[in-house]
Amino acid sequence: MQNCAIELKNIRKTFGPVVANDGINLQINRGEILCLLGENGSGKTTLMNMLSGIYQPDGGEIYADGRKVTIRSPHDAFKNGIGMIHQHYHLVDVFTAAQNIILGLDEAMDIGRVNTRVKEICDRYGFGIDPKMKVYDMSVSQKQTVEIVKVLYRGSEILILDEPTAVLTPQETDKLFAVLRNMRRDNKAIVLITHKLAEVMAVSDKVAILRKGRYIATVNTKETSPGELTDMMVGRAVTLNLDRPKYDNPEDKLVVEGLTVVDREGIKKLNNVSFTARTGEILGVAGIAGSGQKELLESISGLYPVKSGSIKFVNTDKTTVELVGKTPTQIKEIGVGMGFVPEDRLGMGLVGSMGMTDNMMLRSWREGRGLFFNRKKPQDLADRVWKKLDVVTPSTEFPVRRMSGGNIQKVLVGREIASHPPVLLTAYAVRGLDINTSYAIYNLLNDQKMGGSAVMYVGEELDVLMELCDRILVLCDGQVSGIVDGRTATKEEIGLLMTTVGGKEA
Amino acid sequence: MSDKAKKNKTPFIRLSKKSESMLDPRKAVAIRISSVVVALILGSIPILLTGVNPVKAYGIIVQGSLGNKIYLQQTIKKMIPLLCCALAIGPCFKMRFWNIGAEGQLTAGAIACSAIAIWFGKSSMPSILILSLMFIFAIVAGGIWGFIPGYFKAKYNTNETLFTLMMNYIAIGIAKWLQGGPWEGRKGTQIIPIFDRKTFLPNVLGVHCGWIIVLLIVIIMHYYMTRTKHGFEVAVIGDSENTARYAGMNVGWIMMRTMFLSGAICGIAGFVVVAGANHTLNDVVADGNGFTAITVSWLSQLNSYVMILISALLAIISKGSKTLNQRVGVPASVAEIVSGILLFCMLGCEFFINYEIKFRWSRDKDAKKSASTAEQAKNGSTDGNRSSIPANTSKEAE
Repeated sequence: MQNCAIELKNIRKTFGPVVANDGINLQINRGEILCLLGENGSGKTTLMNMLSGIYQPDGGEIYADGRKVTIRSPHDAFKNGIGMIHQHYHLVDVFTAAQNIILGLDEAMDIGRVNTRVKEICDRYGFGIDPKMKVYDMSVSQKQTVEIVKVLYRGSEILILDEPTAVLTPQETDKLFAVLRNMRRDNKAIVLITHKLAEVMAVSDKVAILRKGRYIATVNTKETSPGELTDMMVGRAVTLNLDRPKYDNPEDKLVVEGLTVVDREGIKKLNNVSFTARTGEILGVAGIAGSGQKELLESISGLYPVKSGSIKFVNTDKTTVELVGKTPTQIKEIGVGMGFVPEDRLGMGLVGSMGMTDNMMLRSWREGRGLFFNRKKPQDLADRVWKKLDVVTPSTEFPVRRMSGGNIQKVLVGREIASHPPVLLTAYAVRGLDINTSYAIYNLLNDQKMGGSAVMYVGEELDVLMELCDRILVLCDGQVSGIVDGRTATKEEIGLLMTTVGGKEA
Repeated sequence: MSDKAKKNKTPFIRLSKKSESMLDPRKAVAIRISSVVVALILGSIPILLTGVNPVKAYGIIVQGSLGNKIYLQQTIKKMIPLLCCALAIGPCFKMRFWNIGAEGQLTAGAIACSAIAIWFGKSSMPSILILSLMFIFAIVAGGIWGFIPGYFKAKYNTNETLFTLMMNYIAIGIAKWLQGGPWEGRKGTQIIPIFDRKTFLPNVLGVHCGWIIVLLIVIIMHYYMTRTKHGFEVAVIGDSENTARYAGMNVGWIMMRTMFLSGAICGIAGFVVVAGANHTLNDVVADGNGFTAITVSWLSQLNSYVMILISALLAIISKGSKTLNQRVGVPASVAEIVSGILLFCMLGCEFFINYEIKFRWSRDKDAKKSASTAEQAKNGSTDGNRSSIPANTSKEAE
């Protein structure tokens, strides 16, 4: 009982009608590393945010050392010894490590003493940072270290790390794990939010699994296997009765070879990705969010700089054109028709303050000579999309931002499929949509497929991917961990690939 | 216990953002009108302190700016550069490029056309040719002055607010140097002699023909912003740079182009002031118009035609308060305080259009509100959390 640092009983949290957490029971023990495992959107971060005082639970109780507590702010959390290291760091770039660490603390600013204490903490657990180093000079992993030391400096006994390894190299991950083990020896309670099975197996003592906001079970790591964990994480397959018409003779349309991209920080977002998308086929892309899906679609459409590799578009006469190194406009000019439904609808695909007509014009504004644009064609297209897809809006001039999510998506998809592009890229096309709208979108995608388009469908729900897609490409950490047949693959198989870098057994 | 403590913490007054569905255009107009009324009432306090009847003072302001032909012409003269700069800033603000360098761009234009006036004014060149040369040079100089910050923003993502602001001081500094150095008339006067008559803009209806140029720009800018590909590009970038890139727009190039255009129109303002009104160059050629234009642009919500009204209003106050000073001895500084109060109220009322104030006791309203936020959350969630955030922040643009 004394060993138990924090106990959660029947925690519930809702955001409007969305239930993020329900019926969560969890025990966090001292001297133990607990992994919180679950797919994206399973409520891991929400749960931990309640512990760190960012959210407050709508129901249930939190006990710290057996006392019932209310955690109303991060300050309260610190008082209870809880410290959270977020996925996105909150550091002041122009301050030194030590300055960042004492930021917000109500104590005398004796920077010399702070430096010594920081040094002590570092030596104790094996961190390698210089307290006098400025944050803007630090690597991502050093910034993370500062965040961890910051929490330790405040005397936290319970550390929550939200996907700490997402931004680290394998070597840095090993180093982090060594530090975590040191902390465990020091009788601290550690919660690690992750969805990488290999890491769970490597470092944790216990694993708690969440699925769709619900608590599934807590198991001892030693007594379980990656397969069993995957089962608990993805749940049983649900039948959705989606259509998957068969297209007679698919041909290669898009050949991607050795595609590698790096982001601004120099982190590899895609690593040696190769696959082929065929006409008359929906190629699903599965993976934990942030495994490189966004970068994959954006590099195909010319919006993301490619470091190496090739993306070839196959014309109807079998000649190929290289798309790497071309801007979206150049790709359009050489006659490659590509539709792209990006994940960020209003931030990338549409202009929120404009109506349907002007949004249709985003694809055709350049057409025609002269200074003035032609509003006739987009107006006609807007009318057609409005009627054909049953978009609920008072007029085609009504700002799309004020429409509901489903209608916004219909406008976007409607525009992208209007010209029957040979390649159609979609990212989370049904995210946040109700069942009916989702089915409407699935049907539109199937229509495109049967019309001979090569459709790429980046999705998050495995059940949908398995019923809608002909083949499923599984990404993990920017690498292809497998390409499976949508008709024969099992949910467990995909779930395991999603959590296994490079497709090797965890 | 803790719940009780929490309830008592409900602040006495709090602010909440009105949802878009609650924005009633009629209400907005009412708020704007009442802001002017409040401004007039507040403004009467400093006037009272000088011992003048505020009603009489306001009467003099109106009479002294519109009351007779001469006053009216002077008011229009004041209005021309202000309106021109406001028009120039419009596309930048639409693009969310905070160009506060109209002052410097106007000065740059003024310097360039003064150079032509000084070099060729005494030559045998016909007046129309000199004026055209002055016009072109003003456009190019103003344009370059705008293009430079645009270039650095596009290439190196520098902060355009600071950059354009600093460019103002450089331009004004150059004018000052010319005034006291190479172009100085009699040594020690710090004055550039009046240019040759050939460089004067002809008068039409008693005012230099700059007003025709500016009215033309009003119409051109209106069509530019609403009907052309360029205007569309600018509007898309203002909403989301990512969307612009997605639609295949070259964001950097469009920024530079728009800043050139903006600077060029400010340059025209400089030309109009030099050739139409001052007939010489000095370091205060912009006379704060570049900054006041920001207010005009903003208050007009970037609508070219509304800019005419707002700039007229500001010109009336400015001219009227001069008359006020001459007639009843109200110091010019008091008149400036009054116009400051008016601007403050007019800008401040935008806040009340977008937000509402709630008191602790308005519980029943609260319940309604929370129901509507739940509704919003529902709409938001169908959309993914991410997209609901830009939806809120981008509201400022409208």
